[in-house]
Amino acid sequence: MAERYYQPEIECAPREKMIALQNERLVKQVKHVWDNVPYYRKKMEEKGVTPDDIKSIDDLHKLPFLSKADLREAYPYGLMGKPLKDCVRIQSTSGTTGKRVVAFYTQHDIDLWEDCCARAIVAAGGTDEDVCQVSYGYGLFTGGPGLNGGSHKVGCLTIPTSSGNTERQIMFIQDLQATILCCTPSYAAYLGETMKEMGLTPDQIPLKAGIFGAEAWSEEMRQEIQNVLGIKAYDIYGLTELSGPGVSFECSAQSGMHINEDHFIAEIIDPDTGEVLPEGEQGELVFTSITKEAFPLLRYRTRDICRLSREKCPCGRTHVKMMKPKGRSDDMLIIRGVNVFPSQIETVLLNYGYPANYQIIVDRVNHTDTLDVQVEMTTEMFNDQLGEISKRQKELADGLRSMLGISAKVSLVAPKSIVRSEGKAVRVIDKRKI
Amino acid sequence: MSVKQISVFLENKAGTLQGMTAALAENNVDMRALSLAETNDFGIVRLIVDDVYAASTVLKEAGYIHNVTPVLGVCIPDEPGGLHKVLQIMGEANINIEYMYAFLGAASTGHAYMIFRVQDRKAAAAALRTKGIRLVDQDDIAQL
Repeated sequence: MAERYYQPEIECAPREKMIALQNERLVKQVKHVWDNVPYYRKKMEEKGVTPDDIKSIDDLHKLPFLSKADLREAYPYGLMGKPLKDCVRIQSTSGTTGKRVVAFYTQHDIDLWEDCCARAIVAAGGTDEDVCQVSYGYGLFTGGPGLNGGSHKVGCLTIPTSSGNTERQIMFIQDLQATILCCTPSYAAYLGETMKEMGLTPDQIPLKAGIFGAEAWSEEMRQEIQNVLGIKAYDIYGLTELSGPGVSFECSAQSGMHINEDHFIAEIIDPDTGEVLPEGEQGELVFTSITKEAFPLLRYRTRDICRLSREKCPCGRTHVKMMKPKGRSDDMLIIRGVNVFPSQIETVLLNYGYPANYQIIVDRVNHTDTLDVQVEMTTEMFNDQLGEISKRQKELADGLRSMLGISAKVSLVAPKSIVRSEGKAVRVIDKRKI
Repeated sequence: MSVKQISVFLENKAGTLQGMTAALAENNVDMRALSLAETNDFGIVRLIVDDVYAASTVLKEAGYIHNVTPVLGVCIPDEPGGLHKVLQIMGEANINIEYMYAFLGAASTGHAYMIFRVQDRKAAAAALRTKGIRLVDQDDIAQL
């Protein structure tokens, strides 16, 4: 099947053309922010930078960073680039890591955001012949509204189920022959598990592709979802602070997500020093939004740890690819001084044949951190002999130790005892009082 | 010739065992024997019941992870040295016993019954039979 693009002239633009576009847009955006966002202007003045210092993307590093703390401090209106009367929408973060962030959109911002989502849907093989079920939450969360808008732009028949009510989700997939599913990967896995229990085999499920994001997921989890639903599963990435899903998306190569560089300039920095790292190195992802009007963030630190690749992509898109983030640095746990990402634990579980549904309990007992990985017992794993089960339990614990570098306890729990999430999965319970 | 044992996975938490027995009781499953093996966080309940199919269906519907394993049901004379004799035969035949548990038959039959999980069930059955030890199968269990 020939690769299709939503906006081929942009998505496959030669690098020089993209740099010229980014230069032009960055210069304009910095002026826009300087003139309209006193909060950021003050930061620039403190750093001794004026819009005149920014002539091209090579000057980007001169600009100050914005962090989540800035967004909280400036809440709610402090980072707006347009008067309220020009704005038509807000979206908000889930607030799982603290105070909610509220982002504002003009109609133009929404149009561009929906274009980004449309690119992702087309990259996943979507056309106006498709039936696209959007099972991301609608409302303040950006997942539902973003993919809904993108799906309209592509011309798919859109089923706005929103999240939840699993039986109804499956009914619509079956009755209306949904071909594309958009939701969180953990919910996709749960839908798959439920359909399997209902006796549905992948060839009886009409879906052909899924666009899954809003949480970190492993390559192993992708395989599992693909197998159980009989689809190709594509990753999509985004942040409410920048627009929502569609900041970057996967193509048929499934080997990293193309960043929509006509709207967002990506940098990788050393999270400790703030220095820009050479291309290809792993570090914290920083984005500069060069087209947003209402909420124009410059050099926003995402806390996501990943690396960028400019290797030529077989899909024909020229935009830089970001590798799957190892996890948001918020998700990173420091256990006994060692950095642990839930996605690493997930990789080990799936490698050892355990289900992707798990919970990580971190606690502190006698001044020592404890890590308890809870997994559900399955019929395949179960055996009437305690020794056999304990042996498998030990193998998993050994696997976790070699991946993480610290020892973990493995607890086997009853099936369905770990709460299924319909949105972002709650993987980590940190009971430590520090 | 074998008895079908149902093994059920349970978390080692207050109330989990009674949750399972409730499901079986509500569906009129009659238990003949029960043994528990446990670790700190989970346990395996091994059951011998009158109706394996019914019990298995009930457990599946109630969401319990379980499996069915053939085990050896052996008739033991209810007298001093009865079990010893059976174990001696197994020892001589080099049969490794994974685990075992007892259940009493009706006093009138003069027999007790033992369930053995062994590595080589067929060899064990043959050894015991040669020495005149009576074995029971699932049908016998159902009729006890």
